[in-house]
Amino acid sequence: MAQTEIAPLESSTLPRQKTIWDAALRMIRRQPLGSAGLLVIVIMTFAAVFADYVVPYDPEIENFEYMLMPPGTMDETTGITFMLGTDSFGRDMFSRLVHGARTALLVGFTASFIGAFVGLVLGVGSAYFGGYIDLVFQRVMDVFMAFPLIIMALAIVAIFGTGTEKVIIAITIPFIPRCARVVRSSALALRELPYIDAARSIGYSHTRIVMRHMVPNVMAPFLIMLTAFVGQAILLEASLSYLGLGVQEPTAAWGLMLQGGAEEFAESAPWVPIWPGVAITLAVFGFNLFGDAVRDVLDPKLRAQN
Amino acid sequence: MRGVAPKLVAAVAGAGFALGAVAAMAETPQVGGELNIVVGSKIPSYDAHIESTFGMIHPIRPFYSTLIRVNPDNPSSPTDFVCDVCEGGVPEPTDNGTTYTFKIRSGITFHDGKPLTAADVKATFDKIAFPPEGVASNRRAYFKMVESIEAPDDTTVVFKLKHASGTFIPSVAMPFNFIYAKADLDTHGYTWHQTNINGSGPFRFVEHVQGSHVTGTRNDDYYHEGKPYLDGYTALSAPKMSIRLQAIRGGRADIEFRGFPPKARDDLVAALGDKITVQESDWNCVLLVTPNHKTKPFDDPRVRRAMTLAIDRHGGSKYLSNIAIVKTVGGIVFPNHPLATPVDELKANIAGYSDDIADSIEHAKALLEEAGQSDLKFTLLNRGVDQPYKVVGTWLIGQWRKVGMQVDQDVRPTTPFYASLRKQKDFDVSIDFNCQSIVNPIADVSKFLPTAGNNYASFEDAELEKIYANLLRTANVDEQKILIRQYEKRVLNDLASQMITLWWYKINPHRSYVKGWKIAPSHYLNQSLDNVWIDKEEKKRHGL
Repeated sequence: MAQTEIAPLESSTLPRQKTIWDAALRMIRRQPLGSAGLLVIVIMTFAAVFADYVVPYDPEIENFEYMLMPPGTMDETTGITFMLGTDSFGRDMFSRLVHGARTALLVGFTASFIGAFVGLVLGVGSAYFGGYIDLVFQRVMDVFMAFPLIIMALAIVAIFGTGTEKVIIAITIPFIPRCARVVRSSALALRELPYIDAARSIGYSHTRIVMRHMVPNVMAPFLIMLTAFVGQAILLEASLSYLGLGVQEPTAAWGLMLQGGAEEFAESAPWVPIWPGVAITLAVFGFNLFGDAVRDVLDPKLRAQN
Repeated sequence: MRGVAPKLVAAVAGAGFALGAVAAMAETPQVGGELNIVVGSKIPSYDAHIESTFGMIHPIRPFYSTLIRVNPDNPSSPTDFVCDVCEGGVPEPTDNGTTYTFKIRSGITFHDGKPLTAADVKATFDKIAFPPEGVASNRRAYFKMVESIEAPDDTTVVFKLKHASGTFIPSVAMPFNFIYAKADLDTHGYTWHQTNINGSGPFRFVEHVQGSHVTGTRNDDYYHEGKPYLDGYTALSAPKMSIRLQAIRGGRADIEFRGFPPKARDDLVAALGDKITVQESDWNCVLLVTPNHKTKPFDDPRVRRAMTLAIDRHGGSKYLSNIAIVKTVGGIVFPNHPLATPVDELKANIAGYSDDIADSIEHAKALLEEAGQSDLKFTLLNRGVDQPYKVVGTWLIGQWRKVGMQVDQDVRPTTPFYASLRKQKDFDVSIDFNCQSIVNPIADVSKFLPTAGNNYASFEDAELEKIYANLLRTANVDEQKILIRQYEKRVLNDLASQMITLWWYKINPHRSYVKGWKIAPSHYLNQSLDNVWIDKEEKKRHGL
């Protein structure tokens, strides 16, 4: 019996294995704005995580000898340049800006993750159980949703007080109904699908059905909400701090830095309000661009159009 | 370049002030014109007997008279008082310092046309010193030494005291002691003045639009001859400092009486040059650090002393005065008063006043180590007001950091701040303040007494009480000085029960056509506006 020898394929004819760079290039080509947003987020996250290693000064150390120095001023005692100038307490603006990223991300991620996750569970649960539970739950959500985000957060801060942890609570609570409402609408359709009936008929518990069979299938709207929430949370934290109701001195936070400089030093030391303003704008812009890109990728209708 | 701009601004401001002062002395007041004031706080009620805010005093004081007042031509003096509705000079006491007899001017009328007599003065001070059950009086404690008030005839009021007291006359001169008509009190009751105005001051009330403005017009029957000079005034409500600043800059307002921070002054001077006059003064107001002695480890005097040692008051005065309305280093008495301890004495005798901050920091660290609190962490309760509360709070945290303390700041709006400080007393360490109108050191330092109703440090000390009791009973200035020094050393050094930060510094930039008003060491004083006038030629130069 004659044997057929199979010639090995030449390596040039094999499809090249995709690297992470290929994926990155593909994403940049398809979602250039989303990629730019992601880049901002990555830089911000890097700054937040490695803040202690990338800044030349402790952001809370006062150095009155160098109060309100413009960008580029040299610290004669250390030989280090105040890249972005100093504030009214002589603190290095660059160091405070980088550490401010840590505060922004801590509040942004914590509030949006907790808020979105609780909203996810409540939304899916409400849709799954339906009936009176859904009716009552949705009316409660209506009450929460009737207040604009900032008003709700202000009211909660007024009750709980100021400080990083309390600001996180103040931002988390208004996020819950917003996520729950969106997720519920997707879960309502899922509830009617046969595999949910099948799960019920074989005796799975409600928790198992909700958590293992429904929650994973509403991930697309959930992730879109989540990314949008991070940007909103950063903006809210800055707003509360600007109003003096959020993070408190001497903690480095962008809204607080803006508050400390906007009124008194806008003319005589414009770098004091400008840098935190730029940081807030870039961060929110970055998360919004990235959120839009996530939506484009996960939304089947938009994906089909693309 | 560094440091040149502030010096230039200060020079311009100083020159403006100097020229303004010289010009004011030489010029003749002109009659006519309207004054626009901006006020940064709301009016809780019109009744000065129950209020303590400049938000009420600035717009409402010009409608009322007082028995005596600080000399409007020399308001910076803490001891120069003159008659307002009384006649002649401020009376000297008789009967070993226990009787004061005031002669009341004839011909004074309230704005409703009824005459003002000694009976009205008696009714007013009876309401303040001996309010009936259920009637509030914020300054009742200042008149504890008063035994009785009599009005034997229409022009005589006699105050009889339980003992001689150096605090009586300054207490009478407080600007909150508006003279009310006895008929109003008898007819309408003791709460009528909270919502109604019937005074005998230089201006008559026209209208109050909530959140917008108060207007007054000249009282042609005013008893100080030739005054007031203004046709009227409008007090505009503007809670945000930036709006008040822009109101003066844009010509919408002429003056703000509470005071601006240095940066705001510099901006105004830079923008308007010689069209701005700047008046500056030490301010009878100081922020305190109040540790809660009931909370560990603040029951330990070593910890409290370490806290005060860590505060570099002289450095703070030099730098903080560039960004906040604080400046002067002092003890418990208003720094310019004869009873105040000179700074050199404070440096030598009181912890935390030494020039050698490095040595103080080492000493503080050693005390903390000895107390087992080298890694002390606590929360500083503070009031949500930028100037100077939040600025000073942040500065203090930086100072304490230098001795290893880790401090968070809990900034609360005014109402919850007061609730925590005064009622719940659930704080570790809090900012508190001692702000007074008339400089009245013996009364003012009662704040540091453990049994004082407004001391929130929660401690007891019999020795301090004893020193203060002796202080109240002596009218001899030399004895008062000795006792005040003992009292001060006990409070700030031995017990370190509370800590003085920096005394406030009042900066009033105003349009240079506003003449006749002189700065006082308190934003409550010299606010009747009867001396103020508008220089019309100068105003034209401003294009207004």
